[in-house]
Amino acid sequence: MSSRTTEDFREAVRRHPFLEGLDPAFLDAMVRLGVERRFRVDEHLAREGAPANVLYILLDGKVALEVGAADHPALTVQTVGAGEVLGWSWLVAPYRWRFDARAVKPVHAVEIEGGALRRLLSEHPDWGYQFLLRFLPVLAERLENTRIQLLDIHAR
Amino acid sequence: MLADVAPDPTSSAAAGHPLAPLPYRVRAVATETADTTTLTIEPRSTRSVPAPAPGQFVMLYAFGVGESPIGVSAHRADGTLVHTVRNVGKVTSALARLTPGDTVGVRGPYGRGWPLQEARGQDLVIVAGGLGLPPLRPVLYEVFENRDRYGRVEVIYGARTPKDLIYYEELQSWRRRSDLRIQVTVDAAGRDWYGDVGVVTTRLPDVRFDGSRTSAFICGPEIMMRLTAQAVVARGVRPEATWVSMERNMKCAVALCGHCQFGPTFVCRDGPVLSYRALEPFLAVKEV
Repeated sequence: MSSRTTEDFREAVRRHPFLEGLDPAFLDAMVRLGVERRFRVDEHLAREGAPANVLYILLDGKVALEVGAADHPALTVQTVGAGEVLGWSWLVAPYRWRFDARAVKPVHAVEIEGGALRRLLSEHPDWGYQFLLRFLPVLAERLENTRIQLLDIHAR
Repeated sequence: MLADVAPDPTSSAAAGHPLAPLPYRVRAVATETADTTTLTIEPRSTRSVPAPAPGQFVMLYAFGVGESPIGVSAHRADGTLVHTVRNVGKVTSALARLTPGDTVGVRGPYGRGWPLQEARGQDLVIVAGGLGLPPLRPVLYEVFENRDRYGRVEVIYGARTPKDLIYYEELQSWRRRSDLRIQVTVDAAGRDWYGDVGVVTTRLPDVRFDGSRTSAFICGPEIMMRLTAQAVVARGVRPEATWVSMERNMKCAVALCGHCQFGPTFVCRDGPVLSYRALEPFLAVKEV
């Protein structure tokens, strides 16, 4: 489903914690780039190694981020959901997903095309800076959480 | 000299030697996970230890092996105690091998539990990691029995994997309750798990509470408690209303041996539940 027409949808995007409070002109530009998407349970939002050309802004649902190998069963290392964002690989060359992302609850999201977003951020460096100030804490928090998981604090 | 030290007059030890255990019979043994067992024990005679307050611990004595401090995960008026034990050492291995009818020694209860009196009228944020859930379960029982005494109650429980979740049936029943919200998360999972994955702090943004009138009770691995305490304080909970249950090498349990010293406190006597306000300066000090 693709719809950029409903004001309710746009309002939901504007109220998203990741976007709330951004420069209104920047926010409007982001909203114009957004496409409403829905995913069923077990449907993939991303596949490891595939071209990564979208940022998902999650409005509802839950997504499992999975890593695996041919000789190792998939392991869910994190879930993300409403109020969070999914995907940073669109921002960094070579623009390929570094993990699988699978819906574990029905997902309602905004999909923003990565190339268009990169162009927008390049053309408006002040918006680009605002965006990175929002995005880096998300990455930093996930890195810190991964470090804690590596400690395996519940092991003997 | 031990006899010169006045034990807690409410303790079973007051009836005799401060370190003397009372005999209890193992009534039931339940396997929670591959390495975790829940023991239900009852007094072998008319003498029993006093009713423990939520968060207190007892010393369980596996005869011929040794003692270990174990939190109380439930108790009943008839003196029955419930303990969940993780098989990680000689004593806990021996406790985990007990079968119905066996005898175990009990002394206590010891220490300071969760400050439920102070928490009345407030929202409660309860965060448990792994074997941190058993010492917090009596808090939930108190909440269920006196629900009108507390505001919003939010529970986060984290474990290593789905197979490491304990009290699984009870968790399901808690999730069906409308008077509290519980979130369960694991550090890693296979594709057959449709719940949350991530450390407990990742669930905090979803938790709703009024920080200025909230008490936070946290129990789990020390680093988890430190990060969770930091996160709830950042959300507005006062450090003096943020409580963690410390685990140290309690031996005597009556503040004599010093094994459990943590900074200026003896965890067995001053804790195990201590305020984050008091602990904060020491929690990140590796040498303590």
